Amino acid sequence: MQHFWDQPLSWGTAAIFAAGAVGVLAFVLFFVTYAIYFERKVIGWMQYRKGPNRTGPLGLLQSVADVAKLLLKEDTIPKKADKGLFVLAPVLAFVPSFAVLAMIPYSMNLQFADLNVGFLYYIALSGITTIAIVVGGWASNNKYALLGGMRSAAQMISYEVPLVISVVGCVMLSGSLNLREIVESQAGYFWQWNFIPQIIGFAVFLVAAVSELNRTPFDLPEAESELVAGYHVEYSGFRFAFFMLTEYVYVYAIAALTTLLFLGGWNAPAPQLDFIPGILWFFVKFAFIVFSLFWIRATFPRLRVDQLMGLAWKVLLPLAILNIFLTAIGIELMR
Amino acid sequence: MIRTEELLLNVGPQHPSTHGVFRIVVKLDGEIITEATPVMGYLHRGTEKLAENLNFTQIIPYTDRMDYVSAMTNNYVLCHSVEKMMGLEIPERAEFLRLIVMEMQRVASHLVWWGTYLLDIGAMSPFLYAFSDRERILQLFNELCGARLTYNYMRVGGVKWDAPDGWIDRVKTFVKDMHFRLDEYHNLVSGNEIFLSRIKGVGQYDAQTAIDYGLSGANLRSTGVQWDLRKTEPYSLYDRFEFDVPVGKNGDCYDRYLCRMEEITQSLRILDQALEQFPGEGDTMGKVPRAIRPPAGEIYVRIESPRGEIGCHIVSKGKAEPYRLKFRRPSFVNLQILPKLLVGESMTNLVTILGGIDIVLGEVDC
Repeated sequence: MQHFWDQPLSWGTAAIFAAGAVGVLAFVLFFVTYAIYFERKVIGWMQYRKGPNRTGPLGLLQSVADVAKLLLKEDTIPKKADKGLFVLAPVLAFVPSFAVLAMIPYSMNLQFADLNVGFLYYIALSGITTIAIVVGGWASNNKYALLGGMRSAAQMISYEVPLVISVVGCVMLSGSLNLREIVESQAGYFWQWNFIPQIIGFAVFLVAAVSELNRTPFDLPEAESELVAGYHVEYSGFRFAFFMLTEYVYVYAIAALTTLLFLGGWNAPAPQLDFIPGILWFFVKFAFIVFSLFWIRATFPRLRVDQLMGLAWKVLLPLAILNIFLTAIGIELMR
Repeated sequence: MIRTEELLLNVGPQHPSTHGVFRIVVKLDGEIITEATPVMGYLHRGTEKLAENLNFTQIIPYTDRMDYVSAMTNNYVLCHSVEKMMGLEIPERAEFLRLIVMEMQRVASHLVWWGTYLLDIGAMSPFLYAFSDRERILQLFNELCGARLTYNYMRVGGVKWDAPDGWIDRVKTFVKDMHFRLDEYHNLVSGNEIFLSRIKGVGQYDAQTAIDYGLSGANLRSTGVQWDLRKTEPYSLYDRFEFDVPVGKNGDCYDRYLCRMEEITQSLRILDQALEQFPGEGDTMGKVPRAIRPPAGEIYVRIESPRGEIGCHIVSKGKAEPYRLKFRRPSFVNLQILPKLLVGESMTNLVTILGGIDIVLGEVDC
């Protein structure tokens, strides 16, 4: 399949690429629609509620109805907002979130871009979303939005550092930044997946990832109890939908990334189970991570801003660096 | 040199965590509050003035709407003060019913506080757990007096409705379940690291400050002052039951949290005893003259509401309507310490501190 994508560009291949992108977009939109439905259901069950159950059978059309509502809403821009930036921010947030999906390998053969710097590509692009959030908060000309945007910038910058450094251990073990090769290096039994040899890195990565996603307990940028809705307080209609979409696409990306880096990607837990297609294993692990994110949301309260920064710089970062040293020593001893 | 500016931020009146229509104008330096000015009165309905043209039975539904999370104690303070003025005898069964509903109300009120406080701090689930338990209490009240929030249950001289068949048993079942549920809540929340780091040492003041500001309820007890009117000036039948008054030590939000949680346990303890001793039969209304005209004079009666000392000051000229009626509302008095506590805190702590004081806007504005 890789050879196919590497063909020189012509009208034919461009059309196929475009069709592939549309296919991914459709799949991601499907995922987001039902991730939101699933999140509401799961949290509902955890809280003695039923969750959405009125629109369509079992409430399955709830998210569709919500999106339709957002589409049909009046498009409002606050009078004193910076119009250009206000319009640009949601797009600027969404585009990188979608672009990062290109490098995710779902199985041995199914991957759009087999980048040698796969992980760095993710980090580089996801950083742009931070800018979009600050821009959105600033352009709204609203104090709550501004505070939310600033918090978000501070948070995402702080957490990107441990996030990247926690992955270095995996990279050292596999000797590559290429996600496909990282997965291949984890082949074998499930204790050979990175989450056991890289247990510290895995923990740091999970915490930092939840924070990158701005989800509970790190949902400070949109802390509704103090900042009402944070950076997107002035957004409504489809611009707001774009911010929501971005959030859930990142859930998708982070869950996929966790699966690839630490849970062995498409590898079966034991070689005897290899007859089950790899893509199924990928999605089982992926679904587990997504579920855990919802689970955390139903359980934890929110951290305070200063505690959040303290956690990133004083706890996670030293742990991540320690992890690098331990990994290096481990590799040296094993040799 | 970077030019910095203070940010003037209007929190409220339509803000999700002011628990109603309360407004605080805060000056922010970054995220640190340099000045806070509470603005209230958005829910003022002139209850005290209205009361001057109503007879005492007609005032009772107005008291429901003051502290709408704890209507039963409001009912009681008005009825009790009129009864005291007129020297009325209350049948034992009626007094038992009053005490039982008041303690159930205290549990319900603290559950609302617990749920919304956790919601302020960012945890969503406890809110729904608390409300599902409160729902059972409301259901029991509904069976008793046909209303879920504004009960209008008590009358001068007794209570309006007797307990329906099996009601006492249903309350017993509820109390038993509630003990169990409370343990679960402690397991879920009270030991959570994030939660503790959010509330420990936040909004701290000492006993003297609390007394100077006239605080009462858990806000006062969290500083270590043993002051619960059910114990210090027993009214109703509280001297018949065994219960403890939980006090804190540091006077921070964490101690206030523990105090309120322990008060639920103590209320359940009182309920256990009261339901056991509940008289099998008897009247629910005492002998009351046709027209309720307290003799000319003044009286101030205070009781312990879930939020603190609620008082009722009646000035009577011997007519069916009060000449002047004044309520001492604990939420209003407790709120006065807020500007002092907020200075130097971050925006996030604003919510924690305000939630920790536990106000009900219907009572603040009255």
